[in-house]
Amino acid sequence: MKTIIILFLTAIGIIVVSSMAYTVDQTEQVFITEFGKPVGKAINSDPAKNEAGLHWKLPFIQQVNRIEKRILSWDGPASEMTTRDKLYVTVDNFARWRISDPQVYFTKLRDERSALSRLDDIIGSETLSVIASHDLIEVIRSDKDRKPARDEALTAANSNLGLLPPIRYGRSVLDQQILAAAQPIVKAWGIELLDVRFKRINYKSGVIDKIYARMASERNQIADRFRSEGAGEAAKIIGRKERDLLSIQSEAYRKEQEVKGKADAEATGIYAAAYNSSPSAADFYQFVKTLDTYQKTLGKDTTTIFTSNSDLFRLFKHIEAPKAP
Amino acid sequence: MNNVVDLPRPVLNVSPKLLLYAGIAVLLLTGVFSSYYTVSSDSEAVVQRFGKFQFLAKPGLHFKLPYGVDTATIVPVRRQLKLEFGFGTPNSTNRDQSGDEPELERDMVTGDLNAAQVEWIVQYSISSPEKYLFQVRSPGATLRDLTESVMCEVIGDRTVDEVLTIGRTEIAQEALKRLKSVLLGLDMGITAEQIQLKNVHPPAPVQRSFDEVNRAQQEREQLINEANGDYNRVIPKARGLADQRISGAEGFAVQRINEAQGDVARFKELLLQYDKAPAITKQRLYLETMNEVLPKLGPKIVIDEDAKQFLPLLNLK
Repeated sequence: MKTIIILFLTAIGIIVVSSMAYTVDQTEQVFITEFGKPVGKAINSDPAKNEAGLHWKLPFIQQVNRIEKRILSWDGPASEMTTRDKLYVTVDNFARWRISDPQVYFTKLRDERSALSRLDDIIGSETLSVIASHDLIEVIRSDKDRKPARDEALTAANSNLGLLPPIRYGRSVLDQQILAAAQPIVKAWGIELLDVRFKRINYKSGVIDKIYARMASERNQIADRFRSEGAGEAAKIIGRKERDLLSIQSEAYRKEQEVKGKADAEATGIYAAAYNSSPSAADFYQFVKTLDTYQKTLGKDTTTIFTSNSDLFRLFKHIEAPKAP
Repeated sequence: MNNVVDLPRPVLNVSPKLLLYAGIAVLLLTGVFSSYYTVSSDSEAVVQRFGKFQFLAKPGLHFKLPYGVDTATIVPVRRQLKLEFGFGTPNSTNRDQSGDEPELERDMVTGDLNAAQVEWIVQYSISSPEKYLFQVRSPGATLRDLTESVMCEVIGDRTVDEVLTIGRTEIAQEALKRLKSVLLGLDMGITAEQIQLKNVHPPAPVQRSFDEVNRAQQEREQLINEANGDYNRVIPKARGLADQRISGAEGFAVQRINEAQGDVARFKELLLQYDKAPAITKQRLYLETMNEVLPKLGPKIVIDEDAKQFLPLLNLK
C-alpha cells in the first residue's frame, strides 16, 4: 500500500514538473498564453540574444506557443506583367523574412500559410506597380557604369552590337523600391521583411518570337558582312597579284633591254674604234667583211655567173693575168 | 481414442514489483541507447542541451545526456556540395541539387535585351554547422534562390556576345564575387567556393543564325587564304623568271662585248700583217675565201666577157 502511494505521488510530481518546464530550441521563439491570452514577453525573440534552453512556467493554466525564429523564405508565383515600355514579361522574385513579433504574428495570422499568402498579395502588387512604372531595361540591368567588353570581329560588322542601353535606376533600386513599399505593411503583422530580389525575368511567349526574329536578322547581317568582306579582301589580293605580276615582268623587260642596249653600244664603240683607227684599217675591214659576207650568204641554192675578166677567172683566158684595171 | 489432457494453465502471476522493475529496465535501456552518438569523418555534430547550443563535436564516438536532454545533429561540413541550374543530374543525394524547373532557370535576358540560355553550377560547403542549422530555415533552397538571382543580375549587365563567347569566365567570377558578399551579409554558415558556367548557347530558334555567323567568318578566312595562296603561287615564280631574263641579258651583254673585243683583237693582228703587205694579203684572203665558198655554191657558170646573147643558152627554170 505504501509503495502504491509513493508511486502515485511520483507520477503526480512528474506530471506537474513536466507541465512547468519547457525547452526552447535555438530555432524557435516562444510566448506564453493564459487561456489563449498572451502574457509576458516573448522568449528567444531577439535575434541578437540567445535565450534557448530550459524555461519554467505555471503548470496547466499557461500554454507554450512555438514560432519559427530562423529566416524564412517567400518565393511567390511567377506572374506576367507589363513594363512601362509595354513589353510583356514574366517576373519571378523572392524575399526573405522573419517573424519579429510572435504575439502579433500569432494573433493576426495564426500560421505560416496565411502569412505566405499575405506576402503573395503585398509583394506581388508592389512588384506589379514598380515594373509598370519602369522600362524593361531598368529591371534587367543593374550597374549604370558598366562598359561591356566588345568582340572586335563583330562590332566591326555592326557598330550597334555589343552596347548596353543606358539605365537610370537599375535592378537593385527597383528591389529596394518594392522592399520599401512592402516593409511597413507587413510590419503590422509582426513580420520583418529582410529583402526582396528579382530571380527570373523572361519575355512572355508572344514577345519572344519578335526578339528571336531581331536576333536572327542581326546575326544574318553580320554573316553577310563577313562574306562580303571575304570576297572584297580576296579581290584586293588578286588585284595586287596582277599589279605585281605586270610590274615584275615589265621591269624585267626594261632591264633586259637596257643591259642589251648598253652592251650593243659598247660593242659598237669597240668595233668603230678599231676599224676607224686608220684609212688602211677601214679599207681592210671593208675587204674582210665583204669576204666574210660571201662566205656566210652564198650557198648551194645560189646560181653564180662569173665573167672571165673577174679577178678569179682571169687565168681562164690568159696565163699571164692582165693587170687589173 | 482421444485423450483429453488438461494441461495446467500458465498462471500470470505478475506482481507490481516485477512491473516496476521491468519499467525501470526499459527506462535504463533507452537511457543507455540515447547517451552516445558517433560523428563520421566528413561531419561535425551540433550539440544542444534543452534546445540550447552547447558545442561542436569532432568526428568519433561521443557521450551525451540521455532522454532528449542533449541532442546531436550531424552536419556534413567537409563535404563538397553542388547546386545545378538549368539542368539536373538524376539521382543526386542532395535534395537541393537540381531545381524543379530547369528549363525556366536556363532562359535569361541579356543586358542588350537579347535572350540566351545559360546552365551553371555552384559549389559550396558548410563552413559553420551551427549557423547552417540556426540562421535560415531552408539554407539549400535559399542558396538556390540567391545564386539564381545573382546570375540573372550578372547576365543582365552583359551583352549576348559576352555571355556566349568573350565574357564567360568573367561572368562566373563576377557572379561568385556577388554571391559571396550576399552570403556574408546573411551569415548562414555557407561558403560558396566556385561558380562554373556549363552549356551556354543562344535559344534554339536563333541558333542557326549564330552558327551562320561562324560559318561566314570561316568562309571569309577561306576566301582570303585562297587569294593569298594564288598570290604566293604566282608572284615568287614571276620574280624568278624576271631575274632569269635579266641574268640572261647580262650574259648576252658580256658575250657581246667579249666577242667585239675578240673580233677587234683578231682584226688588229690581221691589220698589222696587212699593213706590211697589203696587196698580197688581200689576194691571199680573197683566194682562201673563194676556196671555201665556191664548193658550196649551186650551178656555176663562167662566161666570156666577149660573149653576147648567152641568155638563150641557159636552161633557166
